[in-house]
Amino acid sequence: MTAMTNSLQFAAQIRMEALKMVTQAKASHIGGALSMTDLLAVLYSDTLNIRPEAPDWADRDRFLLSKGHSCTSLYAALALRGFFPISELSTYGSDGTRLMAHISHKVPGVEFSTGSLGHALPFGCGKALAAKRQGRSCRVFVLLSDGELDEGSNWEAILFAPQHNLDNLVAIVDYNKIQSLGSVSEVIDLHPLLEKFRAFRWAAKEIDGHDHAAIKSALSEIPIERNRPSCLIAHTTKGCGVDFMEGTLKWHYSSPTDHELKSALRQIEPA
Amino acid sequence: MRTAFIKELIDQARINPCIFLIVGDLGYSVVEPFAAEFPDRFINAGVAEQNMTGMAAGLASEGYHVFTYSIGNFPTLRCLEQIRNDICYHNLPVTIVSVGAGLAYGNLGYSHHAIQDFAAMRGMPNITILSPADPGETRECVKWLSTHAGPSYLRIGKAGEPELFQSSSLRDSHVLVAKGSEHKAIVCTGSILRIALEAVSEVLLEQRPSVYSLPIVQPISESTINEFAKYQGLLVMEEHVRQGGLFAALCEVMPTQSALSHCFVNPQLVTKVGSQSYLWEQAKFKAAASDFIRESL
Repeated sequence: MTAMTNSLQFAAQIRMEALKMVTQAKASHIGGALSMTDLLAVLYSDTLNIRPEAPDWADRDRFLLSKGHSCTSLYAALALRGFFPISELSTYGSDGTRLMAHISHKVPGVEFSTGSLGHALPFGCGKALAAKRQGRSCRVFVLLSDGELDEGSNWEAILFAPQHNLDNLVAIVDYNKIQSLGSVSEVIDLHPLLEKFRAFRWAAKEIDGHDHAAIKSALSEIPIERNRPSCLIAHTTKGCGVDFMEGTLKWHYSSPTDHELKSALRQIEPA
Repeated sequence: MRTAFIKELIDQARINPCIFLIVGDLGYSVVEPFAAEFPDRFINAGVAEQNMTGMAAGLASEGYHVFTYSIGNFPTLRCLEQIRNDICYHNLPVTIVSVGAGLAYGNLGYSHHAIQDFAAMRGMPNITILSPADPGETRECVKWLSTHAGPSYLRIGKAGEPELFQSSSLRDSHVLVAKGSEHKAIVCTGSILRIALEAVSEVLLEQRPSVYSLPIVQPISESTINEFAKYQGLLVMEEHVRQGGLFAALCEVMPTQSALSHCFVNPQLVTKVGSQSYLWEQAKFKAAASDFIRESL
């Protein structure tokens, strides 16, 4: 079995677990969880230098989920990688669980709690700066939504990172083109996003956020340029992998019925 | 106070390699000695307080005790959510330093009147709030902070404040500055202590209330509560609005509130502009202290 097959199977497993979690908890945000799943699958099967048996290992790469509402797929990825028992995923969103419905740093493998948007990139700047100042080689990956690029705090960080040559910082934008109340182009259009990052002196490139080979190739070339932070603008589809969820605003909010879950799982389950 | 702050921070940074200073493009003629001596533990984040504060949390999560430094409301209200979520919820060692407490920058207008900051900070989880009265107490606060790493807020004046008393190591939330009556006392936090001491000095020794400084506004210790509970009358003076400051904090913890009275800054005062001394007069701090002393005769 090749590494690529592994990441594809890993992505399918993440999607299935995330779908089961939101269905059981009657939770929202499955659309954004599915749009970033392939990115997570490659990161957590190939790219990140991490040790599930030692989540706080000092030289690990740091991964920060800025779009904390899409936490189901990250919880699933972490459990499947062995950071905590897969059985715990069924407690997602329930009374007393540590798997709260926005990503929580109290869960093994999670660096930082988010929920309010626009927080992880400044935090990531601090971590990347610390690594530089302390002479450590670890890298900091921050996964952002497109809608949260409306937040001014992100642009403060986007200005800061190249000023201080943070080439150990990687921003990945899950550009699924749908935000909370409509399409990104209708609400606050980000176009041309690639040019924006480049104008802010980031080394930026666009990728297909569902093409594992493309994701793996781009991540293996980090930093894109020495002394500059890297940005990967990942073109994705909200709800990717489930035909009735793809590209629809509804699945930012709705949770699947049992019937819809069965249909979704049938579409994803590897043959 | 800002000079005392930076001198003490430099002294502490010489013995504590974890101390890191971030400034929000402010601190001209103040922070340069720190930057020169510790270039690897200093950064100017630019005019970007949200990023400064989030970044401070990130640095703190990697082992630093980070001090963020800016003026008035900029390092507090402008980035309150970063303080709440990134620093306090994660319980990280970041000290937010605000220069220009209360009405210190009075003639710069309402944007620089820092009179709601205690209210904003007091509800944050895990946070310690310090508010020294003079340069000596500022130095003691920085010393104390260097061994009490956690979320904290240090509210200091600007420059030129006089030394009001001989400070010693912080051992409690209160400091007895002038012993007087066993029945009535004035409790101050910050440089408004000067006005209380002035008012007290204008009456005979036997007529004087006791005067306290409260350099630690949160948490207020049990021994401080017990100390204040001895008095039949307590006047609380603070450069803050009525809601959410030291007076409110004492009302929450004292066994009875009937002994407490309050001299505060009416928010309508932000429409006035002038020196700190002028605005203190407008807020009637001295008059309130004198009235309270007369009532105690």
